[in-house]
Amino acid sequence: MNSQLYSKLIFELSRPGRKGHSLPKYTSGQAFRVSARYAREEAPSLPETDEPTVVRHYTNSSTNNFGVDTGFYPLGSCTMKYNPKVNEAAPADAGLGPLHPAQPASTVQGALEIYHRLQRALSEIGGMSEFSLNPYAGAHGELTGLMVIRSYHKSRGEGAMRRKVIVPDSAHGTNPASAAIAGYDVVECKSLADGTVDVEDLRSKLGSDVAAVMMTNPNTVGMFEKNIPAIADAVHSCGALMYYDGANLNALLGVARPGDMGFDVMHINLHKTFSTPHGGGGPGAGPVGVREGLEKYLPLPRVVREADGSYSVVDSDNESLREVLELDPLGRVSSWLGNFAVYAKALAYILSMGKDIEQVGPLACLNANYVMNSLSDVYALPIPGPCKHEFVFDGLKDKSTGCTTMNVAKRLLDMGFHAPTIYFPLLFHESLMIEPTETESRETLDAFIAAMREIAREAAEAPETLKTAPHNTPVRHPDENEAALHPALTYAALTSGRS
Amino acid sequence: MHPYLPHTDEDLRAMLERCGATSADELFADIPENLRLKPGGYALGAPMAEADVRRYFRGLGKKNEALACFAGAGWYNHYCPAAVEALASRSEFYTAYTPYQPEISQGTLQYIFEYQSMIASLTGMDVANASMYDGATATAEAMIMAVAAGKKRKRVLVSATLAPATLQVLATYAEGHGIILETVSATDGVTDRTDLTARLGAGDVAAVILATPNYYGILEDLEGLADEVHAAKALLIVSAPAVTLGVLRSQGAWGADIACGEAQSLGLPMNYGGPGLGYLACRQGLKRKMPGRIVGATLDEDGRRVFVLTLQAREQHIRRQKATSNICSNQGLMTLHAAIYLSLMGPDGLREVNETSARVAHDLADRLAATGKMRLRYPGQEWLNECVMTVFEPLTTDDVLKACLRRGILAGKALTERELLVCATEMCTAEDVENYVEAVKAL
Repeated sequence: MNSQLYSKLIFELSRPGRKGHSLPKYTSGQAFRVSARYAREEAPSLPETDEPTVVRHYTNSSTNNFGVDTGFYPLGSCTMKYNPKVNEAAPADAGLGPLHPAQPASTVQGALEIYHRLQRALSEIGGMSEFSLNPYAGAHGELTGLMVIRSYHKSRGEGAMRRKVIVPDSAHGTNPASAAIAGYDVVECKSLADGTVDVEDLRSKLGSDVAAVMMTNPNTVGMFEKNIPAIADAVHSCGALMYYDGANLNALLGVARPGDMGFDVMHINLHKTFSTPHGGGGPGAGPVGVREGLEKYLPLPRVVREADGSYSVVDSDNESLREVLELDPLGRVSSWLGNFAVYAKALAYILSMGKDIEQVGPLACLNANYVMNSLSDVYALPIPGPCKHEFVFDGLKDKSTGCTTMNVAKRLLDMGFHAPTIYFPLLFHESLMIEPTETESRETLDAFIAAMREIAREAAEAPETLKTAPHNTPVRHPDENEAALHPALTYAALTSGRS
Repeated sequence: MHPYLPHTDEDLRAMLERCGATSADELFADIPENLRLKPGGYALGAPMAEADVRRYFRGLGKKNEALACFAGAGWYNHYCPAAVEALASRSEFYTAYTPYQPEISQGTLQYIFEYQSMIASLTGMDVANASMYDGATATAEAMIMAVAAGKKRKRVLVSATLAPATLQVLATYAEGHGIILETVSATDGVTDRTDLTARLGAGDVAAVILATPNYYGILEDLEGLADEVHAAKALLIVSAPAVTLGVLRSQGAWGADIACGEAQSLGLPMNYGGPGLGYLACRQGLKRKMPGRIVGATLDEDGRRVFVLTLQAREQHIRRQKATSNICSNQGLMTLHAAIYLSLMGPDGLREVNETSARVAHDLADRLAATGKMRLRYPGQEWLNECVMTVFEPLTTDDVLKACLRRGILAGKALTERELLVCATEMCTAEDVENYVEAVKAL
């Protein structure tokens, strides 16, 4: 890799007359030109590049990236586990690539089996009755789940009166954002010193105006919400529903099921718990599961298994089938059946793991506790363990050095590790949230522990080294204030000098 | 142990000892017994050998039929060069998370910046974000964005010529925001401008949403529309399949404020409907209302040009319930697909893709009409590579679909018993067209 030689943008490699394509010709009929009224006046500013140039550009660009395949990624709440290679082969093996979503069901039975079989496996693992796989990501799943809840209350004539969704102050930012986008007023409830929900505060906020309580369990500080049965009882007795944010489901694989804890609606991040790659920011998938009685509200389109074992698709243009099935869908959240290729990858993982998936939660928790116990003498541990799949340090134990969580995170990059999640949850000033996942070996964890201890030593002995990190990364610390103050968001803006 | 789990017995022993526990179970002592997974665990099978997993998926592949594709309806079978898949399969790209640490994420940040630049140029807009889930949700986010910018205005007018799935997603999202969504009727396959003007005149309109080419493949004439919408103090949102912007007047050139739509057409495999790629772009003044990730350029400490996530004050992890959207993970890797595709195509390749597709489609439509079994539904309208055909009685669209299916052809998407939405791309060969026409002739 030579990051200096290859640091240009693809636009800067463009030369008029070069091309990187050879397209099929069609000689029958008449050549087609768009009429002047509808035609583009100026060609778009796209690069003109040959194929070797494009390949070298993006290959070198990829080497400026850190991924799970290149190193340890202890990013709390993101479950950056290993993405098995057989998963990546599954969509092509199943021949999904050339399938058009409007094909008749008889020609896509293999695809529909993937959808249905994954839906059943997730229902088993979640303790739910049925899943819709359609939502594209975790946040989209949250939104869809809240729409299920809205449809449920509406069907009972309580849609207008139930205006509030209660969210713990430790929740991921997506929870309140999703509740607001679903049209609810967000009410925050407090956490206790151990990071779990303050049940008394929660109770005081319950009432006939509450639609749902959203919870993550284990929560974002890695603690199991052990009062969950009491919370579920209180929530249900006021007529509200329990929503489970599946971001931390990895901790519970083989340990417990959200459905058994009293949750009514949940989502799962396939790109976390079920090992599909995160893709540098998607495509993910955020299937939504519901307990018995809520299935009819799931969004269209839906995949159903017929009595003869074949599969069909129920959609809005299929009124008769909808009536037979007595569906009352919340509406639609996707163009088709969602990020379909991702489902094949998740199913490949579930089949490969089989019953061994029950070891995932225990090993993920063991790895987290191992790291926590190996570092709690030099990093501040506000909530003593045992933790579940992740835990939070409140920065370095010795605050006198002036070294911050940001410094620790950046120095880790120098040492070949991705940084933990930092400054989240908001419960602590110097949050450093570590989630090792079950796919990391003891040697990797030991190397990370050694790096973290070395950083703590540096904080005391060579704080300037720490405060000016990173030193060895492909680029140094970027000026993010300048980026926000004078945004240059396109190549055109960059070259014209305007924002 | 399973191949994905590296723990040896010795590791387990030593690690448990460090944790002061004798078994992993002790780490779950805080979970009430009645909440624990029942003995026997999940009803799942034994782990499958990798070879068996592949055999299973290949078996499923035999139950999927790749057809000669004449269906579009928002999802297009354009050719994807081998280099796109080869590059996007580099695991440095696909096993990365959202680029929160710019020092070790320049690969991701750079391709998103390139993608944003390309989308901004295609749409004629100033800025684009780092993607939305799909075209339908991108349109919904555009609607929400316009309503947020429109202060207290709550009415949104949407043309009946948008895809039904998009209209349904808009309705689903509108409910939560208290948006009053009104459908503008269609006449002769295009938005009824008289109806639009009347509705606009009633006031309180935050946005008007149109598509061109619309769901029926027709190019809508948006001349003067932006002025009319702006005079009513509303914003104009225009959707288009991304690939068509290679030859068609951009949303920016029509005077739109927000451009959105589906970018699956930029060489993404169809994958039975996903993953696709929603795009969203807007004018300068609206950028701080835009949802989702945005990448910007800046300098690092050594003065090198580098890229970072920026304008994050809009986002859910900072603003929580006051965020412009709840979107977090988007379609990151698909923006890489699109950026590589557009780099290989360049302006000339993109023109060729559109013109070849349109040539095939027009040839097919002419030859289908010549069979005497069907005709163009909207003969007076200009279209690119997708059109509605009316099937003459007593034939139905179902008859056409079935006859073609027997020859391995997906004839289109039935809109009604007599209306068939037909599309062609450069992937349709002369033989495919011949086969299609023969199937119809034989009816």
